[in-house]
Amino acid sequence: MNTPIFELTGVGKVFAHRQTTLENVSLVVGAGEQIAFIGSNGAGKTTLFRVLNLTFRPTSGTLRFEGADVANCRRTDLRRLRRRIGMIYQQQNLVGWLRVVHNVLAGHLGRWSTAKALWSLVRPQEVESAVEALARVGLSDKLYARTDTLSGGQQQRVAVARLLVQDPDVILADEPVSSVDPSLAEGIVRLLVDASRTDGKTLLTNLHSVDLALRFFPRIVAIRQGRVFFDLAPEKVTAEMLGMLYAGASADDTAPLAYERALSVAGALPPSRHP
Amino acid sequence: MEPPNGTMTQATLPVPTDGARSRWSWALTAGISALVVWSALGTRVEPSTILSVETLLAVVQYIARAFPPDLSSSFLAEVGSGVIETLAISVSGTFVAIVTGACLAVFAARTVVFGSIGDDGNTRFWLRALLTSTYLAARTMLSLLRTVPEMVWALLFVFAVGLGPFPGVLALGVHTAGVLGKLFSEVFEDVSSRPLEALQSCGASRITMFAYGVLPQALPQCIAYSLYRWEVSIRAAAILGFVGAGGLGQQIHLAINLFFEHQLLTLVAAIYVTVTIVDALSTALRRSLR
Amino acid sequence: MSDVRRTYLFWIALSGAVGLSLWKADVRMNDLFAPDARSQMAAMVRSMFPPELAPSFLRSMITPTAETLQISVMGMAVAIAIGFPLSLLATATITWSGILHERYSSSSRGVGFVPYAVARSFLSILRSIPEVVWGLMFVRAVGLGPFAGVLAIGVAYGGMLGKVYSEILEGVNLRPAETLQASGASRLAVVTYGMLPAALPALASYTLYRWECAIRASAILGFVGAGGLGQQIELSLRMFNFHEVATLLLILWGFVFAVETLSAMVRRSLAR
Repeated sequence: MNTPIFELTGVGKVFAHRQTTLENVSLVVGAGEQIAFIGSNGAGKTTLFRVLNLTFRPTSGTLRFEGADVANCRRTDLRRLRRRIGMIYQQQNLVGWLRVVHNVLAGHLGRWSTAKALWSLVRPQEVESAVEALARVGLSDKLYARTDTLSGGQQQRVAVARLLVQDPDVILADEPVSSVDPSLAEGIVRLLVDASRTDGKTLLTNLHSVDLALRFFPRIVAIRQGRVFFDLAPEKVTAEMLGMLYAGASADDTAPLAYERALSVAGALPPSRHP
Repeated sequence: MEPPNGTMTQATLPVPTDGARSRWSWALTAGISALVVWSALGTRVEPSTILSVETLLAVVQYIARAFPPDLSSSFLAEVGSGVIETLAISVSGTFVAIVTGACLAVFAARTVVFGSIGDDGNTRFWLRALLTSTYLAARTMLSLLRTVPEMVWALLFVFAVGLGPFPGVLALGVHTAGVLGKLFSEVFEDVSSRPLEALQSCGASRITMFAYGVLPQALPQCIAYSLYRWEVSIRAAAILGFVGAGGLGQQIHLAINLFFEHQLLTLVAAIYVTVTIVDALSTALRRSLR
Repeated sequence: MSDVRRTYLFWIALSGAVGLSLWKADVRMNDLFAPDARSQMAAMVRSMFPPELAPSFLRSMITPTAETLQISVMGMAVAIAIGFPLSLLATATITWSGILHERYSSSSRGVGFVPYAVARSFLSILRSIPEVVWGLMFVRAVGLGPFAGVLAIGVAYGGMLGKVYSEILEGVNLRPAETLQASGASRLAVVTYGMLPAALPALASYTLYRWECAIRASAILGFVGAGGLGQQIELSLRMFNFHEVATLLLILWGFVFAVETLSAMVRRSLAR
């Protein structure tokens, strides 16, 4: 059996003000798998993803990436590992003021030397890779446009293009379509799933829409109150399970915002004035 | 107008709720009044003096003596070159200030120096200590640069490199670097951190995170601040000549000491025109940035 | 792509302007780092240490420091006295434009335009002449000492306050004023009750910020004979007593820092 790409054993994450966001999460992810994570807002999915993409260190338990414990990495090693894990966020992935070409080429930043990276801002390097990636996401004509002139859906596709340029072994997508027009959401999810299948990348997605999860993913992991609730193939997921998963979930749509604020209070994020 | 806000401290005065609020306002008003009265006594200024006829008369007489302004072509040519030199000093000074200020600002912005989101990896202790001391040194330097008035800097630089516009450029550059550096560092710190997190997850280093994430977001506001400071610089450039640092200031110094009131009037008018032009340019450029 | 080309052109033009200025201003960076200049500067810095800390000197500096503070306060008082009334005239929405004047004929609006234009030009003159130049002229007109400094700051800052006050007032929501006017209130009441309350926090905040600048300006005005710390600095510099200069600069630094902090705290609590 190949080494699983991710192996979480009893992973927990507690923030400074004793907010337990993750508790005893154990999970094995094989290389090349596609998994959809579902659960209500604030259940801990985003924190889990941030632990997986090595932004946060688990406060308890172990995380193994390709069999190696990542707990005590030096910053340079961390950088190298991060390059192999690509992440798409719900929003604000990109720097609005830069042109699309620079945002897409940012995928190379883990590989390029500092000098090359800085020079690329003046004169874009390896532009062909950006052209290719944009063609795959269907935005070839936007190469030199200013990123903030694009719509939300288009910006997410640019983020996917950047991911393709980065060419990671793992794709983590944290609610990639929640801020996008529902009619475009399916297109983006399809893009991600295709990229995963064609290039053999592991794909872990956080989805708000249970429907999209059940339709496109062969494995569903549900998170409830910081713990794994169930881990099944879509056929085995019943309406009753879903009811219990989302029971007591408040219709509070500002939950992601509350989450951000909790994190900055906990000192885990620098206070951002732009939630 | 964009007055910069915020200083190093984050403390505020406690604001009492409702009932006590009017007491607080009264205390504040009383305090301010006391301050004003004390100051009036100290500067020997009484309302009667300011509004007195003698003062008004003295001022009006002085202005009347200065008319008509000296408009001879030879003098106007001198004034013209003074204007050009003053403009050159202000532009060069602002340029030096932007470069120096930006470099210092990079080290004075907490989020840039220590800039990782979340897990830092195991940074070695001595590296962390080095970063902290660099940060503190940069902040102190900026504070020092901007507290010493431009005039004093000008005098110091005149001692070092001699008379002329050059020490003026240096003085302006150094002082404004202190101001701009602080403003820039605040902009750097205020930038949205989510794109930075995304860059970090691509594997970007701290330097590239700054270049791709912080700088593009900060640029519009930094440019606006720089243009605003240019308006301040042109006024300063006009007077640095007092201490020998070139520009119209030098001519004014001469005119005052030799009691050439007509020439003084022309020079003052020239300053007015120059300042107005720069103000207008700066506002127009700032507007085109929006 | 022409957008990209425009950006490149802009940068080229800017570099040209900067290069020209550097040339015209005789900027010789290599001269700054020449051994000559460096040893001069090093000697100067060395002669500043240690700063003069003799108690007799420090005691004699209390008065000039207090004087600087007093000049700044009185200067601001005069500035407000000059700037505030003028700012009312210089606000377009008060004198001739906007919803408060919809009903009036264009000729009466034209009449309102005149004080507006006059106030604006006057404010422009006041603030476009550096306070040091005003200081020089006032010293000639009313004699040496802090009075000239007060007038200089009052006049120059009056111009600045006037302009910014009017900008703040123009940004105020006019609905309350509109309502007051509709119920028959006089122009003065409309402004006082309808526009000023909303503008007050911003006005106060900017005034405090200007006060910080006024303190620095008072220190500089001393150079031209208007009293305070600046005069002391100039005296010590002329006598090449750099120890005293260093102390005075430290005093100035502490002073400004204290005021900055205090003012920031007050402004922050105002903003609530």
